[in-house]
Amino acid sequence: MNETSATAAPHRASGEVLLEASGLHTYYGVSHILHGVDFSIRGGETIGLMGRNGMGKTTLLKTMLGLVRPSEGQVKVRGIDMTHAETHAIARRGIAYVPEGRGIFPNLSVRENLLMAARAGVDGQREWTFDRVIDTFPRLGERLNNGGAQLSGGEQQMLTIGRALMTNPDLLILDEATEGLAPLIAREIWSIIKTIRRSGIATVIVDKNYSAVMALADRSVVLVKGRVVFAGDSNALSENPELMHRFLGV
Amino acid sequence: MDLAFFLIQLLNGLQYGLLLFLVASGLTLIFGIMGIINLAHGSFYMVGAYLAWSLSSLTGSLSAAIALAIPLTVVLGMGLERLLFRHLYQRDHLYQVLLTYGLILVFEELRSLIWGDDVHGVAVPELLNYSIPLTENLSYPVYRLAISTVCLLLAFGLYFLIQRTRLGMMIRAGASNREMVQSLGIDIKLIYTLVFALGIALAAFAGMINAPLSSVFPNMGGGVLIICFVVVVIGGIGSVKGALIASLAIGLAETFGQVLVPEISGMIVYVLMAIVLVWRPQGLFGRA
Repeated sequence: MNETSATAAPHRASGEVLLEASGLHTYYGVSHILHGVDFSIRGGETIGLMGRNGMGKTTLLKTMLGLVRPSEGQVKVRGIDMTHAETHAIARRGIAYVPEGRGIFPNLSVRENLLMAARAGVDGQREWTFDRVIDTFPRLGERLNNGGAQLSGGEQQMLTIGRALMTNPDLLILDEATEGLAPLIAREIWSIIKTIRRSGIATVIVDKNYSAVMALADRSVVLVKGRVVFAGDSNALSENPELMHRFLGV
Repeated sequence: MDLAFFLIQLLNGLQYGLLLFLVASGLTLIFGIMGIINLAHGSFYMVGAYLAWSLSSLTGSLSAAIALAIPLTVVLGMGLERLLFRHLYQRDHLYQVLLTYGLILVFEELRSLIWGDDVHGVAVPELLNYSIPLTENLSYPVYRLAISTVCLLLAFGLYFLIQRTRLGMMIRAGASNREMVQSLGIDIKLIYTLVFALGIALAAFAGMINAPLSSVFPNMGGGVLIICFVVVVIGGIGSVKGALIASLAIGLAETFGQVLVPEISGMIVYVLMAIVLVWRPQGLFGRA
């Protein structure tokens, strides 16, 4: 991996509130999943979104991205109400999503997976080009003409992250990016996430490796049964075994 | 069968196959990418033929009629996608079959009201209305060669669009994961509208250019629709390359079948389909 790419100047969206959700209530059919969730992230910030399985983390992300509609509450992107906006319009305001289960396009080659997503960032910058992504993920460079389905799990995850970077986002949302990966590969993915974080892109990280998440995150948000039970400094959570046990079962 | 006669049948088979491709490519794209079973696809072929007839009667030129009719069919396709088809993407195929079967009836009724129930002929453009002599007694119409050339160019253009352009990558990506495409900031609804309109326009264009050869008559879309579904099944759902190869195979099989074994020519393509389905249930180029 090219570590020099991690030494970028403070990011252009630094400090601006990029994504803000307030009072979100979301249902799947009759199941009430989110119960008045508040969430916000600023440019350059890293937030660990944690909680046990089924607590509403992915639903919160999907609701903020317009993939699931809330029954109540508001989602603002860069200060503009986008609660009822289409997903593509939300993404175009500088938000990239790496979903649980990866979401590569198996019928496209690695090169095509990357090129189809390429666009300038909100301010017209193209800091992440095809070459820079390949430089960051050399394994992908070796498999450019392979179909997405022919990649290993780790390579697929790199492709999904690389593809998200091709959109030149200000905020990258990673949902279970290391799930199901061998420890060595997972370590490589964490290293890449660190590089992305250092480049100044804000990140929301959802992962079961809580210690790794809290080591990276400026702030942590914990969901229990669709409610925010903790939102604050990551150290305050990681250094409190009682809270860790009560909220996360560890 | 002497060489000249064989050559004529070969050219006829290729021309018929390429024309089928124009209709079937739209059907396979709409089915494979948007998941819509469009039974009304043949109706757009009919609409194209009737537009070619009525507009060429008005303007006195088939070329002018085609130039006017293409934008009309694109607008028709976009309008129908936005008004009707868009609401069916997430629905079961049964809803799609019901709606599109209803559309066939609506189109036939409208055709009867607007253009009547008579059979009409469309004149071959003057510029192409001659034949190339192959032997002393046999010649081949230039118009058929022109149709084949246009179809081939469109086939290459479509292949280039789907396989070599960013828009094509987005279209193919949309076939595998619609939600993910949206999450990358791409307006999948707009892409679907474009794909649908393209498919409709291709079917209608096939009806337009074939009108001088086939005449224009009620229910002419039905036969084309069935054979195009056979093409889609043989080629593999969603595969433009598969549609091209299957169209050519069916065009040649039907044409030579009618000459060599006329008693069973009607069933040849269905036997071909059955063999392919047993051998490769997903079609020649379909994904398993």
